[in-house]
Amino acid sequence: MNELTQPQSFFLERFGLSERVFEKVLDTALERKADYADLYFEWRSSEFISLENSMVNRTAKNVTQGCGVRVCAEDRTGYAYSDEITVERMRLAAETARLIADQSGGSRQPVAVGQLVPRHNLYALKTLPQEVPAADKVALLDQIDQVARRIDSRVKNVIASIATETKLVMIATSEGKLAADLQPLTRLNVTVIVEAGGNRQVGFFGGGGRVEYSYFLEEDRWRRYVAEATRQALVNLEAVDAPAGEMTVVLGPGWPGILLHEAVGHGLEADFNRKRASAFSDRIGQQVASPLCTVVDDGTLPNRRGSLNVDDEGTPTSRTVLIEKGVLRGYLQDRLNARLMKMPLTGNGRRESFAHMPMPRMTNTFMLAGDSDPEEIIRSVKYGIYAANFGGGQVDITSGKFVFSASEAYLIENGKLTRPIKGATLIGNGPDVLKRVSMVGNDLKLDEGIGTCGKNGQSVPVGVGLPTIRVDGLTVGGTHA
Amino acid sequence: MKAVSDFNEQQDIALAQWGLERACDYGATAAEVLILSAEAINAGVRLGQVEKLKNSRERRFGLRVFVGQSSACASTSELEASGLKRFIEETVALARITARDPWAGLPSPELHPRAIPDLNLNDFACGLIAPEKALELARRAEKAALSFHPAITNSEGAEFNSSRHLVVFANSQGFTGAYQGTSYSLVVVPIARSDSSMQRDYWYTASRHFDGLDDPEQVGLTAAKRALRRLGARKIATTKVPVIFEPEIAAGLLRTLANAACGDALHTRASFLVDKLGEEIAAPTVTVVDDPLMPAALGSKPFDGEGVACKRKVVIERGRLVSYLLDSYSARKLGLVTTGNAARGVGSPPSPAPTNLYLEPGNYSPEQIVRSVKKGLLVTELIGFGVNLVTGDYSRGAAGFWIEEGEIAFPVEEITIAGNLKRMLLDIEMVGNDLQWRSSVASPTIKIAEMTVAGS
Repeated sequence: MNELTQPQSFFLERFGLSERVFEKVLDTALERKADYADLYFEWRSSEFISLENSMVNRTAKNVTQGCGVRVCAEDRTGYAYSDEITVERMRLAAETARLIADQSGGSRQPVAVGQLVPRHNLYALKTLPQEVPAADKVALLDQIDQVARRIDSRVKNVIASIATETKLVMIATSEGKLAADLQPLTRLNVTVIVEAGGNRQVGFFGGGGRVEYSYFLEEDRWRRYVAEATRQALVNLEAVDAPAGEMTVVLGPGWPGILLHEAVGHGLEADFNRKRASAFSDRIGQQVASPLCTVVDDGTLPNRRGSLNVDDEGTPTSRTVLIEKGVLRGYLQDRLNARLMKMPLTGNGRRESFAHMPMPRMTNTFMLAGDSDPEEIIRSVKYGIYAANFGGGQVDITSGKFVFSASEAYLIENGKLTRPIKGATLIGNGPDVLKRVSMVGNDLKLDEGIGTCGKNGQSVPVGVGLPTIRVDGLTVGGTHA
Repeated sequence: MKAVSDFNEQQDIALAQWGLERACDYGATAAEVLILSAEAINAGVRLGQVEKLKNSRERRFGLRVFVGQSSACASTSELEASGLKRFIEETVALARITARDPWAGLPSPELHPRAIPDLNLNDFACGLIAPEKALELARRAEKAALSFHPAITNSEGAEFNSSRHLVVFANSQGFTGAYQGTSYSLVVVPIARSDSSMQRDYWYTASRHFDGLDDPEQVGLTAAKRALRRLGARKIATTKVPVIFEPEIAAGLLRTLANAACGDALHTRASFLVDKLGEEIAAPTVTVVDDPLMPAALGSKPFDGEGVACKRKVVIERGRLVSYLLDSYSARKLGLVTTGNAARGVGSPPSPAPTNLYLEPGNYSPEQIVRSVKKGLLVTELIGFGVNLVTGDYSRGAAGFWIEEGEIAFPVEEITIAGNLKRMLLDIEMVGNDLQWRSSVASPTIKIAEMTVAGS
């Protein structure tokens, strides 16, 4: 096996580092009156191969590396990073990061690094996806193009890509803890463009996770992605204008769980709540959802895109109950906010890269299954919409208003799915929407592994999940008033 | 803070030339090197106290190689010679497995600029702002917001950002160019609170030159007013009415329009503007210009991501689509000539993007535009990603103000606005005279004749 599978020795050997170096830099960082300091090392190699117009004509490879030094004093954070990993650069970064701390130094024991953090083992792979020859990936993309075009003559273009990433991280803290992890990530995306009689439509499907490359080949998974993308595009050729106004909305299982991510997930991140800037601030213990709803954030699911063995502050990830039978139970914490709020760590301190400070972020966020038969949920609706697939979403944390945009949806008339409707944005109020959940299906599904969450300019991979649910009243932003 | 070392343009040019030679040694028939160095300070305060201070340094080596008609892109920040050699060799190998693409290649050599124009993008006098000063500017802006009104009770803080960068570009057909730039920005996010509602909003200023920034107090005051006016927002009933876009929101619409006019969306047939060159796609009041050569502007650059000379172009002339935004690849594919709009990240292939893009101002003041509406909506915020570039279908979450008899009546939220971009562009009835540059894409106020507003 290669050097990448031993992330800790990888960093130590490659950059000539040692526990003693960490201690020296951390002591420098803590020279003023500070509570905490940590070092974050990252090395990341990524590869991107894509096809369009029946040609695999784009390949890209990127290697990044760097080290970030953080100093926390009360609610202040100093951060400095460099993409040159040398002892001198780290020392300079430590001197910059500590500028936020008061001059008067407190008496302090020297830092002693060496206590290894126990971590999960959620994605030990036999072969890293990036080590699979690029030529194999090129061949798969060519095959995807051919298969999509064979499904239907209305397929006019196929855009497909395979992205693989190998990320190594190591965190050393002033509490003496040391954590390291190898985090592989893979994704296959298929976009199909169809045209008929001057009407052009698009369909998208994709998936992946912290999985082997062979995941896409197993169970003909890639063929399913192609078939789904093509089917969605063809369905949209028949779509009529979406209705406008408040109505009953049934959300299908899986990716529509983006509802939870936007409506409650962000609003429960500890930073917004500590600052009382969230529509959920000071509401722990209150009923914020119907008793049918239990929502969790779980970073410990094997091979999932949103999972991590340790978060980006070296805390093992966990399963956090956010809403239990409708009652708000907890927040998602990073170190800074957990310390200031005097609450336990949840392993949700994440960052996009060494160039970013950690923040509380979601991992895999989903609602637990209920009792209802999904068919019965649809049958229960006289008039409304059924949304099967979504694009992205967004939330205004403070007002609580959130949106998510359907990419495949149908009208429900007298308990039956009738016509497909054009994509429309759905808007609701976070602290209110889950109170309107009147049925929860027994068909919990996690998404296929395509989620990326943006917050304050930082993107991290996440997962969502949902059983089929019925929401009695959500505003549908169609054009048909 | 100590300056560790300054950017070294000559050293980077030498490294770029060395990289090109190595790529050719390994069998590349053509190559480009892009080296980006950057340094930044990011200072944040919240409720008057320091919240964060961030300092960053980066230097990345980007490479695009061609082996005949096959190409690959790569970037690395491991700049030590033996590692870099191996990296270049691997990139050439990656190109070899890529499909032969008849449209691939460097731009025609005659498109490179003879001389690099000085666009005044660098504030040599101010450079990187020291942390203490950056914190002070953020503190002043937030203080102005917090002291504006008793209802401004909280804040997500204020941030001052300062950065400088050096771009060095060279290709194997003899073009070498370099330029430096600075940028400064200040943003404030106050929170207003009443018994029943909590609202935040923001305001910002950004410039290539420190002196080009608005006063911190002015930025804070504007942010506070924007948050305050949203208090008491309510939902309205579903209806079809005229919709006015504030300048910031109208600029977002321009960005969407630019994405649809970019060559990559067109040649993959993923745009509602496919085959529309020369046609009337917008109301006659609409003229849109892309101008990369505006002095000291945020989106300006002396040459594009392929080293092609940049030039001003009209994209929409009185409603008619007269130019796409192209790089050389999409131009060849569409049988056109590049417009010098190639943008690229250090490690990704070039793709077209707007530079400084704006809608030419019209004759109406924003007040006149509001007065022209009997019942309608003024949009001040849009959220979500409900834009389908392929079909033009448009549906987004909105907040703003209800207009009654030409007057702002009350704030609204939890609504959507929907239509189709093809129709919306033709329905731009009025264009304001209030064009102001705040980012690289700018628009005056616009009024769209009718959209569906979904509420209760």
